[in-house]
Amino acid sequence: MDQTPGVAGQPADSHARWVRVIHWLAAASVLTLAVSGFVILMAHPRLYWGNVGNDLTPPLLELPISRNHRHGGWTPPQPFVAEGLAGPVSAGRTFDIFNQNGWARSLHFLAAWGLVLPGLAYLVAGLAGGHFRRHLLPTARELAPRHVWQDVAAHLRFRIPPAAGGPRYGVLQKCAYTLVVFVLAPLMVLTGLAMSPAVTASYPVLLDVFGGHQSARTLHFFASASLVLFLIVHVAMVVASGFTRQVRGMTLGR
Amino acid sequence: MKTRLITRRRAIVTGLAAAGGLLATRLPGDLPPTYGHLLRAGDTFTYAAQRVLLPSQSLVREYARGDVTSFPATGTIDPGTLDLPGLSEAFRALQHGGFADWRLPVEGHVAAPRAFSLVDLTAMAARTQITRHTCEEGWSAIGEWTGVPLRTVLEAVGILPTARFVVFHSYDDWVDSIDLNDALHPQTILAYGMNGRDLPLAHGAPLRLRVERQIGYKSMKYLRRIVVTDTFEDGGAKGNIQNGWAWYTGV
Repeated sequence: MDQTPGVAGQPADSHARWVRVIHWLAAASVLTLAVSGFVILMAHPRLYWGNVGNDLTPPLLELPISRNHRHGGWTPPQPFVAEGLAGPVSAGRTFDIFNQNGWARSLHFLAAWGLVLPGLAYLVAGLAGGHFRRHLLPTARELAPRHVWQDVAAHLRFRIPPAAGGPRYGVLQKCAYTLVVFVLAPLMVLTGLAMSPAVTASYPVLLDVFGGHQSARTLHFFASASLVLFLIVHVAMVVASGFTRQVRGMTLGR
Repeated sequence: MKTRLITRRRAIVTGLAAAGGLLATRLPGDLPPTYGHLLRAGDTFTYAAQRVLLPSQSLVREYARGDVTSFPATGTIDPGTLDLPGLSEAFRALQHGGFADWRLPVEGHVAAPRAFSLVDLTAMAARTQITRHTCEEGWSAIGEWTGVPLRTVLEAVGILPTARFVVFHSYDDWVDSIDLNDALHPQTILAYGMNGRDLPLAHGAPLRLRVERQIGYKSMKYLRRIVVTDTFEDGGAKGNIQNGWAWYTGV
């Protein structure tokens, strides 16, 4: 591997080839997942908390992102449980909803493989080869309040160090990457799996962990929104620190 | 210099190859075609991965009567109002007669093809299950379903060893299929009851399929005919694939 141990004062390491390959595979997958995921959400732009939720139960949040938003095209609700007159009802939908899930769902799951398989390889290689310890995880010294504050203050004054084209990250940068790699990305995958009827048949614990099918769907949405926010800041920082140098470093390794 | 017989690299490669070999034995023999289409290839990959990696007959979670929720009826909510030659009028006539004349032929790769009436089906050992219906649109609902396991019906007609898929035809003119893994699953039932009543018209009367480990649209409503086949059939223009939808929807 073309890396040198991270000792302060030495020139920055370059991105290892496997890191570069996986970075761009993940980037392409995440962009595809974000677009197809948004199209899927447009088919039912309501979020719920708990195990189940639908147009006949109260939502947690309604998003005005397609003509399906509060469309109101339903036959009058009728009670339909044998002994209970109050409570659950059924209604027939009379509205022609926006629904592009045929291609959007298949594309979403195809792109998910494009994130999960390289992601697993990344986790194995990163743990085995010391990439996480050397480059990604902030050290105790870096996490000292004074050091963190210095980095925060530098960012607030837009004092962005010029691109090195490789790792030797600042403490805020390390925290952001650590959060994405070890928290947000696994949360996306696990909440996604918690929505699969076949996977939860075998592993119902996924439903318990996230508080049910619809809670998992809602967490999936908020985690994806957090990832998109990260992506915007990430690209902004790449531009601010020297776009050409950074993209060349992540593509060619120098 | 010593030559090591077992290097770490060799151990990892051998281990992965052995695990891969074991998993490959679980791969379904008849994978649906990819049609040279990237999305369909992805669907097939997901299908193969789920069949290989997941335990083959896990039961979905079942709930209590008090967990039953409101349940939208989507897609076709009355086949009698459609304008399908030979089907809509026939359905209206059957509905008018309280489905007494409704028959479900079960044929194809079976020893003794037979047409079942509702009386025949309700006389067989019933199964009641309270499960979550998960729609591709994103919503979900819990309902109680009563019916006869598909496995019981297939055993009654003597499913042949050559059988690989079970194809369903409906009165709203859809054709869809499932593999034998799903067809023989204990919770795959032909439901004639919902929430302690006869199956309502909007939810697929007189009989609908329940495939609990897949997304809602695989649980076909308004069943008309069942054909056991030895090859994969996509249903042509009446099937999901040619309409741009995945055949397997375990996700």
